[in-house]
Amino acid sequence: MENIKFVLEKSARIDKLIDDLYAKMPEIESARGLLVTESYKSTEDLPIVKRRSAAFSHILENIPIVIRDGELIVGSATVAPRGCQVFPEYSYEWLEAEFDTVATRTADPFFISEKTKAELREAYPYWKGKTTSDLAKSNMAPEAYEAFVTHGMFTPGNYFYNGIGHVNVNYEKVLKIGYRGIITEAKEALKKVDVSDADYVQRINFLTAVIESCEAVVRYARRYSALAKELAKKEKCAIRRAELEKIASNCARVPEFPATDFHEACQSFWFIQLLLQVESSGHSISPGRFDQYMYPYYKKDIDAGKITAEQAQELIDCIWVKLNDINKVRDAVSADGFAGYGMFQNLIVGGQNIYGMDATNDLSYMCLEASMHVPLPQPSISIRVWNGSPQSLLVKAAALTRLGTGLPAYYNDEIIIPSIMARGLTLEDARDYCIIGCVEPQKGGKTDGWHDAAFFNMCRPMELVFSNGMDKGVQIGPETGDVANMQTFEQFYDAYKTQQSYFIKLLVNANNAIDMAHATRCPLPFQSCMVDDCIGRGKSLQEGGAIYNFTGPQGFGIANNTDGLLAIKKLVFEDKTITLSELRDALNANFGYGITGDHAVRITSEIVKEVANNGISITEDIIRSVYEKVTTASTLDPVKKARYQEIKRLIDETCPKYGNDIYEADMFARDVANTYTKEVEKYKNPRGGVFQAGLYPVSANVPLGGQTGATPDGRLAFTPIADGIGPASGRDKKGPTATANSVAKLEQVVASNGTLLNQKFHPSALSGMNGLTKFVALIRSYFDQKGMHMQFNVVTRETLLDAQKNPEKYKTLVVRVAGYSALFTTLSRSLQDDIINRTEQGF
Amino acid sequence: MSIYDTKGRIFNIQRFSIHDGPGIRTIVFFKGCYMRCAWCCNPESQSYDIQTMIENGKKKTVGYDVTVSEIMPELLADENFYRRSGGGITLSGGEFLAQHEFARDLLIACKENGLHTAVESTANAPYEKIQEVLPYIDLFLMDIKHMDSQKHARFTGVGNDIILQNAKRIANSGTELIIRTPVVPGVNDTAQEIREIAKFAASLPGVEQLHLLPYHRLGQDKYSGLNREYSLSGIEPPEKEKMEYLLSVAEESGIKCQIGG
Repeated sequence: MENIKFVLEKSARIDKLIDDLYAKMPEIESARGLLVTESYKSTEDLPIVKRRSAAFSHILENIPIVIRDGELIVGSATVAPRGCQVFPEYSYEWLEAEFDTVATRTADPFFISEKTKAELREAYPYWKGKTTSDLAKSNMAPEAYEAFVTHGMFTPGNYFYNGIGHVNVNYEKVLKIGYRGIITEAKEALKKVDVSDADYVQRINFLTAVIESCEAVVRYARRYSALAKELAKKEKCAIRRAELEKIASNCARVPEFPATDFHEACQSFWFIQLLLQVESSGHSISPGRFDQYMYPYYKKDIDAGKITAEQAQELIDCIWVKLNDINKVRDAVSADGFAGYGMFQNLIVGGQNIYGMDATNDLSYMCLEASMHVPLPQPSISIRVWNGSPQSLLVKAAALTRLGTGLPAYYNDEIIIPSIMARGLTLEDARDYCIIGCVEPQKGGKTDGWHDAAFFNMCRPMELVFSNGMDKGVQIGPETGDVANMQTFEQFYDAYKTQQSYFIKLLVNANNAIDMAHATRCPLPFQSCMVDDCIGRGKSLQEGGAIYNFTGPQGFGIANNTDGLLAIKKLVFEDKTITLSELRDALNANFGYGITGDHAVRITSEIVKEVANNGISITEDIIRSVYEKVTTASTLDPVKKARYQEIKRLIDETCPKYGNDIYEADMFARDVANTYTKEVEKYKNPRGGVFQAGLYPVSANVPLGGQTGATPDGRLAFTPIADGIGPASGRDKKGPTATANSVAKLEQVVASNGTLLNQKFHPSALSGMNGLTKFVALIRSYFDQKGMHMQFNVVTRETLLDAQKNPEKYKTLVVRVAGYSALFTTLSRSLQDDIINRTEQGF
Repeated sequence: MSIYDTKGRIFNIQRFSIHDGPGIRTIVFFKGCYMRCAWCCNPESQSYDIQTMIENGKKKTVGYDVTVSEIMPELLADENFYRRSGGGITLSGGEFLAQHEFARDLLIACKENGLHTAVESTANAPYEKIQEVLPYIDLFLMDIKHMDSQKHARFTGVGNDIILQNAKRIANSGTELIIRTPVVPGVNDTAQEIREIAKFAASLPGVEQLHLLPYHRLGQDKYSGLNREYSLSGIEPPEKEKMEYLLSVAEESGIKCQIGG
């Protein structure tokens, strides 16, 4: 028997809300884009922070509002469910260019009407040269811009084109004192500004912008109150009428005033969460420790008998649905990287309080329950784990993991707390951390973390070692010498570090250029008023108003570079079975293998264009012949081809690989990771903070791998780079405990912007109470060894059935058979059936 | 000679095993077995000789010789996981009693390192050998496949007289003993057959659990890999309902029963 706490029934309302939300393709709406343009045109004489509050106010006054059928928590950014607004003040050209393809693309399509297109086309010319993106570009050193845009050495594109987001504001404060309380605080702060203060005008402008923004939010909520009242009058069903009346009274009270019950607290929370994402296009607006700041309202109502656990659960479930009502359109390339309409609203339960005691409460369980009731991507639910975490909470989390949605992610207090203290947080603040976006820890309400500042693909500097700093025929990196002349492994490794350090410098330049552009063109008074100590300092978050300021660019490719360097060390310098120049030729020839899939098409068309440029007319035969050569590498000399393939075999079969609990290999991986983390932390940002590294790729290891040639670890060109800090795909042969031991040897504490370890599991590993407790033990053991984060993909029965039908899609799917693991698709049909049945029955 | 120098022949060390004893365990698979069970899912374990087997289309050598000191680091690598989960080391096979001196010294080394030890065994060996290893075993997982000696011999190659006798002796020794029965259609899947096994298990002093392990075909591909015939081909694993029925039959004996290990 499985005894799991807080198994509460799901109300019928929830499935209905979900069905309605997903009834249609999401739509792009023009309202915000037009309103912000209109406002900007009329405020050109004002200082920027006041232009921002005026625009925010104008938007909230006029943007259409809607209450969807059956909602208990109201407030939508768009009329269409899961729709999105646009934010031309950050960038707009890419969307205009994609107007006609955005509805038909494969990743995250959006419907856009002809009317919307026409309206936006009319508004867009105003923004030419005025966006944050335009300013960021001109702020950047030319070599940094080239390295980013032309050569893809790193990609700060997210903040180059969009708002920053990545923040956890002080929800608790708004619930407690309302925006009326914050307005009062701002007015108090205004009184303290002395006419002789050097920053007099900056503070006055900022504080009045805060007041204007908060007043706008209050009026916006009242619009909802009026709408609910109106709908209630028309409503025939008495039950729904009562609900609408409650909504009307909620919105009349919050978020202006303190919440007086759990329902009001939920509504107040939602307005904060929603409007942060109307003010700016930044994603990863993370609710953080929801179970902590919501608990007093829940407890009060439960104790007073005003609400039942089931009713509270229904409200939480409603919020979970609403978190999926917010959406964002990205350019086609980014959409591939963030596929699945990701908003990364990270919400975390459990963990320690500021006194170092366990903070788990009923809501911690109910949030996990909500993620079982609402199996949607949002919120990105996380759980804090420490030595004092109740087993029952972790078992509940394991039961959620078993559903196969990849949630929750598990975080280790025992390593994160010291890690962020080492960056200057106080003990109390560190104990109160939450997670932003994917995996980034911060103290909510006091931090501008600029997490997710850029992706840094560590395999690219490795490529430049082989090309002596050349890319696409241009010298973009330092000249570290011809590899043919390198006499020792140390020489080669130093060349790699030299290349990497140079591009980290350029990355810092690019990040700081973008940072300055946001401070100059898009300060956010509404967001800032909920982060300390912006009001006290009288400046926005973007200008350095937060107590803690960081910039966190994340590196990835540790496993590939480790395996590659180990192979070079062994084969070139110890065994002397290959030379570096031979390896370089093998890499350039993709180890004698053809290029497949989309990349073959891309390369074929590049070659064909080149041929056409030389004045040769292109026929179908020419295209076919080029394609054939690209996919089979048939132009290569057969002797060379065989030799290159042999080199790959030597690398694959005779060299040690990270992730198998081999001490020397793992300690080398630690060193490779430190070449990135310890270099990044040398730099400062314009907000008075420091850079701190993360080690995770989100899902960019796939698209950015698609821009990376073959690597010396035997990875073929354009295939994905290793995911997170785990071993390269398919190279971990000793199971999850060995992988965990290996990964724990990295110096994760230095990667204070977060690390990511994905593990894949067969559901039979989590069957029954026995399976759940062993799974929890696995997490605790990894965390005992100072692992920071862990999340799990559980292969579902549906996946296995699909793999039977479409084996070509699941070539690398590994399942545990009897005493060994095997590729699922290579097993006989009857064996596959047995495994599928075992998955379902759990034995 | 130190116990750490004792040599043995194994064919695999499998970490993160979660279906063979309590907690997260590392299993050492011994090479060589006295029996030839038709349903054996590790046919490569049966012969003591080092063999070649085709796995996933590739040749693989099965079996290698090791000393206790050579394999202890790997057995200790997951110590954290054992501690958190209440796991440890399981000796399996093959039949670990076929190399009882190596097993004894390996078990002593595990105990010196504070690890929980379990064995999966048929107990089909002279009791003197069992007596030598028993002091170092925390949990004895013992198979009883059939109560009828002739039918037992037909499907495993040996009768069950020694096995049943040893079961009583091990039970009397005070070592924690769990009886396990692979439920194989056509071999021992009638209510009568399961009832008799359960009755016997319940009669053993101190034995509190019987595990019914549903037959599976997961080892089937290995037979062709060894160029051997799989004599049970065509037999389907028992249905869930059938297992639940047999579970209820077994429970009539009064012993605590479960499906799966």
